[in-house]
Amino acid sequence: MIKIVKRDQPSKAIFFFTPVLAIFLTLIAGGIIFYILGFKPFEALKFFFIVPIADKYGFSELLLKATPLCLIAIGLSFCFKSNNWNIGAEGQLTFGAIVSGGVALLFYDQEGFFILPIVILAGAIGGMIYASIPAILKTYFNTNEILVSLMLVYVSKLILDYLVVGPWSNPEGFNFPETRQFSDSARLPLLFEGLRIHAGIFLALAAVVISWFVFYKTYLGFQMKVSGFSLKTAKYAGYKGKKMIILVFLISGACAGLAGVGEITGPIGQLHREVSPDYGFTAIIVAFLGRLHPVGIIFASLVVAITYLGAETAQIFMQIPKYTGQVFQGMILFFLLASDYLLFFKFKLIGSKK
Amino acid sequence: MHKFLIRSFVSSLVLLFTLTVAAVAKDVKAAFVYIGPTGDHGWTYQHDVGRKAVEAAGFKTTYVEGVPESADAERVLRQLANSGHDIIFTTSFGYMNPTNKVAKEFPNVKFEHATGYKREHPNVATYAARFYEGRTILGTIAGTMTKSNVIGYVASFPIPEVIRGINSFTLAAQKVNPNIKTKIVWAFTWYDPGKEAEAAKALIDQGADVIAQHTDSTAIVQMAEKAGVYAFGQASDMDKFAPKAVLTSVENNWGPYYVDRVKAVANGTWNQKDTWHGIGDGMVVISGLDSQMPSDLQAKVKKLQADLASGKVHSFTGPIYDQKGNLMVAEGKTADDGMLAGMMTYVKGVEGDIPK
Repeated sequence: MIKIVKRDQPSKAIFFFTPVLAIFLTLIAGGIIFYILGFKPFEALKFFFIVPIADKYGFSELLLKATPLCLIAIGLSFCFKSNNWNIGAEGQLTFGAIVSGGVALLFYDQEGFFILPIVILAGAIGGMIYASIPAILKTYFNTNEILVSLMLVYVSKLILDYLVVGPWSNPEGFNFPETRQFSDSARLPLLFEGLRIHAGIFLALAAVVISWFVFYKTYLGFQMKVSGFSLKTAKYAGYKGKKMIILVFLISGACAGLAGVGEITGPIGQLHREVSPDYGFTAIIVAFLGRLHPVGIIFASLVVAITYLGAETAQIFMQIPKYTGQVFQGMILFFLLASDYLLFFKFKLIGSKK
Repeated sequence: MHKFLIRSFVSSLVLLFTLTVAAVAKDVKAAFVYIGPTGDHGWTYQHDVGRKAVEAAGFKTTYVEGVPESADAERVLRQLANSGHDIIFTTSFGYMNPTNKVAKEFPNVKFEHATGYKREHPNVATYAARFYEGRTILGTIAGTMTKSNVIGYVASFPIPEVIRGINSFTLAAQKVNPNIKTKIVWAFTWYDPGKEAEAAKALIDQGADVIAQHTDSTAIVQMAEKAGVYAFGQASDMDKFAPKAVLTSVENNWGPYYVDRVKAVANGTWNQKDTWHGIGDGMVVISGLDSQMPSDLQAKVKKLQADLASGKVHSFTGPIYDQKGNLMVAEGKTADDGMLAGMMTYVKGVEGDIPK
């Protein structure tokens, strides 16, 4: 007989094992779905997960796609570790893109080495300003940051709509909702000729290193950890909770804003209505799949990025509906949450006693 | 014997030749990039109907749906160009810059961009439909059928394409009923059933008893059906979604153009051009007219349709005044394509301002 027993302590090994288990279960469930839809499961999975990154170009696209996910998820992990539920990274990304895009448009007919740093900085500041709204409302007015940050996503998209339709629209663009193209000096440099992977990846890598250092080597990281386990304990320990809440939101907003900068000054090169295909929301899955650990997040962002690429390849070569990519993202999160059960409970084999 | 050999040699040559030609023709592969799902029963759905016409003509096709206008569009385009497609149709305005960028890298692949204006490379063509001609017909019907003299119009984005539609619709309605007012609600979306239904409801609450739309979902005609007012289908025949409300639909008929262009690639006659076809060329099609419309109106609509097709009637014939009463098109003149392409002012009779 199998009995379910509560663990005395959450298992550390299983903590890092469950994401792998979740991915494995997703693959199996995905294969079953493909089979039901009438496709050969192994062939479909091959087109989904192997073909898209089989050449140099495909691999560079994977990194391009993973860069904003990784950057945002790192930022979010500051919030999530300390019990702050910032759901609005998409809005912070959008607002960061608006501010940095606005600066880039100021210099649209100019070249100069000084432009790009200002544009990047503007994006980070834009994200921070936008993230500070739910943070301040939470600390001083006790509002729920989940609702505030989520609602602000829609506000940011409306602001972007307004700007690209109205005051910032390209004067030579027949009133179509898009701005001018940025000058080359406002674009992130490409790393290789002919590939789209750009210098933004270094921002993501820097965020990974810095976050690792902060989480595991600083007093702030310790405070965040304690607050994450128990807000009461943090209070007893005398931590200045309000300051920390605002700080983690600012870090998170800066990362999301930088991800926005990476999109508009990298592959897009202008502002228009669709700056991000909901990276800010997908990054929430990435953060949890990566167990809020910087290295974990790198791997998680690659795994999730491939579901985007795979969905395109599978549709082009096998006519599998592209929306299965989203099904995969949902399944990964679902199986991750489900297998977290194993953290706290274990199965015990018990011999029949009579 | 000798003759027989020659004959069989010649006939096999002919056969070989036809086979080669056939093989070349059949070898052309077309790809389509869609902004929405093929099941939207609007914009993307109609493009996919066009794609199926290309398949029926004997060509292989591929499509990718739900491609965001973000950085992803460029990758999808490059992948399609890289995987043996000879002609790629990009069916949303936001694909304009990625289309031109990828076209530069693949000079042997033809690119066709819908509703854009950039043709930066010899292998990029653009195409669009004169939907405003269809709206002239809808305006005529709306102006006749309204009792409250208030006509609602759910618009998407304030771009010339949409403004032109509002104007063409209003001018036609005024012609049959000088007392009408067109009320606009801007939904700021092309496809969002929730938002579109809300916009329609707001217009109905303000007394509109005919609703026109320049957004893609069926939510508006369904809302009209519930409220007991009239509406028009957009992009595809939406009659089955609201049989009582829908008086007719303006259908986007891309099939003939798509087949034409893919055949042109097969024959080696493809050339860069900017196509803007209307009712006359069959790119804009008026669905069946609802029996609730009086027979004299039906006859009038049929005649108008024929006159628009032959060019006898133009949707923008002067005198046309803007909201402030300034003359836009003089008496007896018609608006040229340049003016139509950049139209950013309402005509008299439209209520409100264009959002800036």
